[in-house]
Amino acid sequence: MFPELFSTRELRKTIDGSVDWLVTEYADSFEALTQPFLTLLIWLEQLLRGAPWWSVILVIAGLSFAASRNWLMSAGMATLLFFIGALGLWDQGMQTLALMLVATGLSVTIGIPIGILMASYDRFRKVMLPLLDVMQTMPSFVYLIPVVMLFGLGKVPAIFATIIYAVPPLIRLTDLGIRLVDPDVLEASRAFGANRRQQMLGVQLPLALPNIMAGINQTTMMALAMVVVASMIGARGLGQEVLIGINRLEVGRGLLAGLAIVALAILFDRVTQSLGQRLSAGQKDAS
Amino acid sequence: MNIQIRNIYKIFGKKPEAQLAKVKDGMGKDDLLDATGHTLGLDNISLDIDAGQIFVIMGLSGSGKSTLIRHFNRLIEPTDGHIMVDGNDVMAMNDQELEDFRRHKISMVFQRFGLFPHKTVLENTAYGLQVQGLGQAERDKKANYWLEQVGLKGFESQHPHQLSGGMQQRVGLARALTTDPEILLMDEAFSALDPLIRREMQDQLLDLQKSLNKTIVFITHDLDEALRLGDKIAILRDGKLVQTGSPEEILLSPADDYVQAFIQDVNRARVLTAGHVLQPAKLTVTLKSQPAQVLELIRSNGTDYACVLDGRHLKGLITQLDAQRACQEQADSLHNYLSAVHTVHCDTELEQVLPELLTRHGAPIAVTDNDGQFEGWVSREKLIALVA
Ligand SMILES: Nc1ncnc2c1ncn2[C@@H]1O[C@H](COP(=O)(O)OP(=O)(O)OP(=O)(O)O)[C@@H](O)[C@H]1O
Ligand SMILES: [Mg+2]
Repeated sequence: MFPELFSTRELRKTIDGSVDWLVTEYADSFEALTQPFLTLLIWLEQLLRGAPWWSVILVIAGLSFAASRNWLMSAGMATLLFFIGALGLWDQGMQTLALMLVATGLSVTIGIPIGILMASYDRFRKVMLPLLDVMQTMPSFVYLIPVVMLFGLGKVPAIFATIIYAVPPLIRLTDLGIRLVDPDVLEASRAFGANRRQQMLGVQLPLALPNIMAGINQTTMMALAMVVVASMIGARGLGQEVLIGINRLEVGRGLLAGLAIVALAILFDRVTQSLGQRLSAGQKDAS
Repeated sequence: MNIQIRNIYKIFGKKPEAQLAKVKDGMGKDDLLDATGHTLGLDNISLDIDAGQIFVIMGLSGSGKSTLIRHFNRLIEPTDGHIMVDGNDVMAMNDQELEDFRRHKISMVFQRFGLFPHKTVLENTAYGLQVQGLGQAERDKKANYWLEQVGLKGFESQHPHQLSGGMQQRVGLARALTTDPEILLMDEAFSALDPLIRREMQDQLLDLQKSLNKTIVFITHDLDEALRLGDKIAILRDGKLVQTGSPEEILLSPADDYVQAFIQDVNRARVLTAGHVLQPAKLTVTLKSQPAQVLELIRSNGTDYACVLDGRHLKGLITQLDAQRACQEQADSLHNYLSAVHTVHCDTELEQVLPELLTRHGAPIAVTDNDGQFEGWVSREKLIALVA
C-alpha cells in the first residue's frame, strides 16, 4: 500500500465544498451571462428546424459553392444533407447542426484571439501550453459535473463542454501559424513603420491563414466528436439518437444516427477545407 | 539628412551585455565565439555619412554589412553605441517616434527582398503609403509611377511568386522609393539584376541622388558597382571597419592586405579618371607675352613648348619652332602661331584617355576642370603606372 501522505478525503471535500459554494453564490449570474448564447442557439435551431428542408439544402449548397467555387462539391454537400433526411433524422440533424454552428462560432471568437496573444507574449504562451494539454487530455466527464452543477442540464453546458474539448487545436494552430510567418517579411513591414496592429492584421494573420483554417477544420471535427457526450447532458439531436440506441440495445438506430453524424462531419470538413484552400491560394511562396 | 554613428557594438547571443567588456578589451570575433558562444556582429563602428551622399559598404560574406545597415533604422538594437540621424538620437526615440521615422524619413531594400507573398505587386509597392494611412487612389498612383520607373509596368496584379528573382528585387526597390524617403538603405539591392538592367538602375540611382539629394547607404559585393556609385566606401571585416574613404583613396592607398585583395581585380582604367594622372604644366605664358620673351623662356627651360593661357583658359601650345617663326616674322602677338591641343575633362575615365594618348603619338593632352579651366597635362608615366 502506498502511504497516505495527506488526507485526499479532505482535499476532495474542499474541492466539493468550493464548487458547491460557487454554485450557490454564482449559478444565477452564470446563467444570466450565458443567456445570449442560449438565445442564439435556440433561434438558430428553430430557424433550421422550421424552414422547409429543401430551402436548408439550397442554402448549404450555396454556402459550400461560395466557399469552394466548385459546383460538383456543392452538389455533393446537398446530397449529404439529403442523405440525413432520407435516414429519417432530419430534425435531429438540424438540432446538431445548430449546436455545431454555435460551438464553432464561439470557438473561433475565443480561439483566434487567444492564439494571437500566445504568439505575441511568450509568458502567456508558457502558461497556456500546459493548460491546453489538460483541456485536451482531461476526460470530459470530469468537467461535465461542475459545468452541469453551474448551468443545469441542457444546451448551455453542452456548448461549454464542446468548446473546451474542441478549441485547443484552433488555439495551437493560430499560434503556430503566426510564429511560422517568415521573419524577413515581418521585418519588412516593421521597416516601413507598421505598428503592432498593422503587423498583425496586415501581415501575420493573413499569412497564418492556412494554418488557422486548418485549426477551424480540426475544431469542427472535434466538436462533432463531442455530440454523443453532449447529448448525455441534455443536448438533443443526433447524439441523443445514438444514446437511445445504446440504452435500448437498438443497433440499427445507433448506426443510422452514427452515419448521419459522419455525413455532417464530411460536410463541415470539406467546406472549411476548401474555404481555407481558396483563401490561401494567392500566397504560395516562390518555391 | 546626415547619419552619424558612434562606437556601435553588436553582439548576438544570450547575454550580449555580459560580453561587451571582453570585446572592448580587444577580443576578436573568433575568440569570442570559442570562449562564450556569442557572435560578434559589429565591433566599435563609427561612421559619418553626409547628406546627399551615396555611401557604399563592402566586405566579405558575414562581415556584418547587413547587421550594420539595420542599425540605421533600428531594426537591430545595438549592444552599445549611438546613432544620430540629422542630429536626432535614434536610440532615444519611443515606439511612436520610431514608427514615424521609419514611415517618412527612411526606407529599405532587403537583401532577401522581404516581399509580402499575399499581396499583389501593386499592393506590395504601395505598402509604405498604406501604413502611413494614405488613401487608395493616391497610393496606387505613386506606386504605379515607381513600378513604371523600375520597368514593371503591366505586372501590377501579379503576386511575387509569379515573378523572377530580378523582378522581385525591383518590386522591393519600387516599394522603398514609393514613400519618397530622405534616406534609402539598400542591402545588395541590385544583386539579382542582369547587367543591363543593373546599369540602368545604377544610373537611375545616381540621377535620383543628384536631383533629389537623397542620402543613400548601399551594400554591394561588386567593386565596380561600389566605385561607380560611391562617394565614399567603407570596408568591413569581421565586424570591424578596416577603411573608409573615397573610391580613389581606397584604390590608390589600400589600408591593408584585406583591402588590397578586394581591389586587385578591379579595372582601374574604368574607375580612375584623367584627374588622377595630372601633371602640372612646366611652363605657361599668356596670350599677351611677347614672342621673343617666350622663345627665350622655352630655350632657358630646355623644353619644346609652352602652354598659352588666356586668364585660366587654355588657348593652345606654342612650340619652339613656331616661336622662332614668330620672332623672324616680327609678329607682336602669339595669336597666329598657336597649335591646337586636345583637351579632356578631369572626370574622363582613363579608359577613354588611353586611346587618345596612343593615337596622338605622344602629343600632350590637356586636362580641364568642370569650368573648363586648365589644370595640367596627362602624365604618361603616371598613367602607365596606374593602369599597368
Ligand atoms: N540574428 C542573428 N543572430 C546571430 N548571429 C547573427 C544574426 N544576424 C547576423 N549574425 C551574425 O553576424 C555576422 C554578420 O552577419 P551579416 O548578415 O551582417 O553579414 P553580411 O556582411 O551581410 O553577409 P552577406 O554578404 O552574406 O549578406 C555573421 O557572423 C552572422 O552569423
Ligand atoms: Mg547581408
